[in-house]
Amino acid sequence: MTSMTSTSSSPWHFFGYFLDHRSQDLSWLWTHAWLSVVPVIIGLLIALPLGWLSRRYGWLYPPMVSITGLLYTIPSIALFVLVPPLLGLSSLNPVQVPIALTVYSVALLVRVVADGLASVPDEVNQAATAIGYGGVRRLFAVELPIAVPVIAAGLRVATVSNVSMVAIAGTIGMSNLGQLFQLGKDLSTPTAYYPPIVLGIVLCVLLALVLDGLIILLTRVLTPWRRAVPSR
Amino acid sequence: MIRFESATKQYPDGTLAVDALDLVAPSGQITVLVGPSGCGKTTSLRMINRMIDATSGRILLDDQDVASVDPARLRRGIGYVIQHAGLFPHRTIIDNIASVPLMLGRSKKEARAGAMELLERVGLDPRFAQRYPAQLSGGQQQRVGVARALAADPPVMLMDEPFSAVDPVVREQLQDEFLRLQSDLGKTIVFVTHDIDEAIKLGDQVAVLRVGGRLAQMATPAELLSNPVDDFVANFVGRDRGYRALGFESVTALPLESEPTVSLDSSFTAAEKAAVDGWVLVLDGERRPQGWLAVADGPSATGDTISTATLRRGGTVAERDGTYRAVLDAALSSPTGRGVIVGPDGTFAGTINASRVVALIEARAEAPR
Repeated sequence: MTSMTSTSSSPWHFFGYFLDHRSQDLSWLWTHAWLSVVPVIIGLLIALPLGWLSRRYGWLYPPMVSITGLLYTIPSIALFVLVPPLLGLSSLNPVQVPIALTVYSVALLVRVVADGLASVPDEVNQAATAIGYGGVRRLFAVELPIAVPVIAAGLRVATVSNVSMVAIAGTIGMSNLGQLFQLGKDLSTPTAYYPPIVLGIVLCVLLALVLDGLIILLTRVLTPWRRAVPSR
Repeated sequence: MIRFESATKQYPDGTLAVDALDLVAPSGQITVLVGPSGCGKTTSLRMINRMIDATSGRILLDDQDVASVDPARLRRGIGYVIQHAGLFPHRTIIDNIASVPLMLGRSKKEARAGAMELLERVGLDPRFAQRYPAQLSGGQQQRVGVARALAADPPVMLMDEPFSAVDPVVREQLQDEFLRLQSDLGKTIVFVTHDIDEAIKLGDQVAVLRVGGRLAQMATPAELLSNPVDDFVANFVGRDRGYRALGFESVTALPLESEPTVSLDSSFTAAEKAAVDGWVLVLDGERRPQGWLAVADGPSATGDTISTATLRRGGTVAERDGTYRAVLDAALSSPTGRGVIVGPDGTFAGTINASRVVALIEARAEAPR
């Protein structure tokens, strides 16, 4: 897989490099995309009840935000390596990276969910309660829809940062765009060989832009009311 | 009927928000809770639908203790309107109104059809249906809030300062429409306000609460104005209460003076001849008062006709069987001192001056009721 059909080592040759190794690069891109998105979705599902709890019981908010915030300070490479022994998995298990990234997503999103729910105007919550919305029903019918803009902003941060962290997992041998950086490093002896490294950066940035755009689009679809402007 | 039986709300720190409140809000009437801030009026209101639970005593809704009903189910049977309407910003107006019927399991089609009817009933254009709350003015939002509270046709409505966040002109409109709506619907309403004028205007009966959550006086508006139970109530009811109380009593057998009148199309010369003390009352073709003509103002610039531009239109007009207040105001506001009185169809009936109205009021006061 490291056979070299292209010869130029100019950084600008990344596109030629891509054309030469298209199927391999696209398969890495595809895995990279899944590894970036799935942990955010699972992370959101876990963060929703935790965020709701820390909003519902105010005293939970400071410890919840501190603990999840601390999780975020664990270096990603350490977490990737630690997950298998902690969970009794073999190392280089395919779920070790999604699990680690889910931890990061939860860390980021608990606060986002709690703040999103806090963004619902007080009188709206009171009116909802007063006309007979019970706790869970109120959460799904009133609070979450109104919290969508705040939560979506957090999802964008989580998704984009996942794209970059997945690449780090590539350098410990997981199959994704991060492999391009490892490859570039390996091919750079004795002289520097940039195309795979530049290609990795370009594809990561493109992936991040596309995923970000998708979230923006989804948010727009979910919040037609935000575009409603006073008509007078 | 809603009945408070020594209902008390005490917070863990010992503060009494509501202190042994005994009160009955009769069916089909508007009961207003009024008082300064900290008097527990909103707390009392929220104890009815269990947004706040009483710490002792009980509250009966049609003889059922509200504490025995599941809160969410209880609330779906009670309309609730709050100060800033509290509309759901993410739902269209029509879906805001349909919220409770949908929760009660009605079909979307049925709920929306009902909501459209209510939209018109509260005086909003049907084209607002598909808009979002942010696109409406404060007054319009408050109408939607009332419509949403009415959507499931609950027998009971709780209203927490619903009109206090809008400007005075809109507030008065909303109050008038609310009274009109209530005369059609006959709901059992408990209405909270800090504004005594609003309480007196809207209430069939008014409960004045004092700080610390104690009931100071429960009475009809007229009784409250004419017979406040103590200094606190008297001060709270405020100034001009003697005059305002006159607004609750209708006059009987008003002794009217005849008054020379001319019609709008008569000549100035005829008007000049008819005038008494330099003034003559001008009527339109259907004998409805238009204003006073001062002879000193002269004819219109175009010839021997009455100039509508110089007509004095400032005086109020009272109905023959109106309140003492309306009749007295007609006399006081008339530039001639002669108050203009009309019949039920708006046609001119006669005039009366202020001293005669005052004599009537005094004669009424001499005979103890």
